Amino acid sequence: MPFKVEGDAIQRSLTGQPGDPTEGRRIVISRQTGLCLLCHSGPFPDERFQGTLAPSLAGAGTRWTLGQLRLRLVDGRRLNPDTIMPSYYVLDGVVRVAPSFAAKTILNAAQIEDVVAFLSTLRD
Amino acid sequence: MKIGAALCVLLLSVIAVHAAEIATADRKSGFEFMGRDTQAMQTDDTSNPGMLNVLDGGALWERPEGADKKACASCHGDASQRMKGVAARYPAFDATAGQVVDLGQRINLCRRDHQKAPELAYESRDLLALSAFVARQSRGQPIAIADDARSANALMQGRKLFNERMGQLNLSCAICHDDNWGQKLGGTSIPQGHPNGYPLYRLEWQAMGSLQRRLRNCMIGMRAEPFSYGSSEFIALELFLMQRAQGMAMESPAVRP
Repeated sequence: MPFKVEGDAIQRSLTGQPGDPTEGRRIVISRQTGLCLLCHSGPFPDERFQGTLAPSLAGAGTRWTLGQLRLRLVDGRRLNPDTIMPSYYVLDGVVRVAPSFAAKTILNAAQIEDVVAFLSTLRD
Repeated sequence: MKIGAALCVLLLSVIAVHAAEIATADRKSGFEFMGRDTQAMQTDDTSNPGMLNVLDGGALWERPEGADKKACASCHGDASQRMKGVAARYPAFDATAGQVVDLGQRINLCRRDHQKAPELAYESRDLLALSAFVARQSRGQPIAIADDARSANALMQGRKLFNERMGQLNLSCAICHDDNWGQKLGGTSIPQGHPNGYPLYRLEWQAMGSLQRRLRNCMIGMRAEPFSYGSSEFIALELFLMQRAQGMAMESPAVRP
């Protein structure tokens, strides 16, 4: 899906639809799909193993708009070229990708929207 | 406002670029990141599972092999004397091979040239055992990679690979092991990534394994295509890691989670 970056955000949903926050939560805590908790922590008391390499996701929905969250997931390098956060929805600029993941984005458009919808519910 | 934000981004990137190599005084073996139980398992030879492998390696050391029916001991004699500190010097440039070789490859060169015996496969039980036996003789010895111009290219390549992002997750060794050691990755403490205990017994494997096996695990985690066993890339990375850990004490056979 094409997307348009305006300032520090992508305003339009990648699918044209709002995401599903329940599915988004499942993706965020999954160690195989979203991988978010490898680096981030968040308001997930049942998740024993959370990361400390990146800021807590708590309050993400207060700090950022939907459009800002979307760009941070799609391609955080647009905001900080040296970010360690993977770009979840672009293919360029990566090398030596394992064959089973080649030419695939980490999440698909619908999954990005689900995660954006969930993160926006995390309010301080 | 826009200029301010742009400056902020610029400053952040400058900081990230300068996240640097670990100072010598701050280096810590993976041993220091482990729980007491795992530390005790390593320290006590009777509970260290790697010692079984060392014993196997000791038997292989004495066993005549190949067309010339020579054992390692036939030439090298008493390993406790003659092999002390040897593993702490590998990878090293080998004049016969004309390239940098790691300890496993050095053992296989001996088999080929002096024993007329078939090479042992990477990660095979016997090669791990012989490597562990030889490396055991260096326990407590400081890593001492020679300053050798013939290894300079491999060392440079290793440093580059360590800092290079790769895989679908676009990570590098340095991002975790230089810039974020001590942090938690999914609840697990990130060590500094020193190679001072190989071959080692990893609880996750329930087996002995080589440094290259461990590196492949990390690359698979990054969703990168791992280098092949024995590849020049892995030898270069091993050399850089040993150089990076220069002076640290060898622990082989170590135990790691």
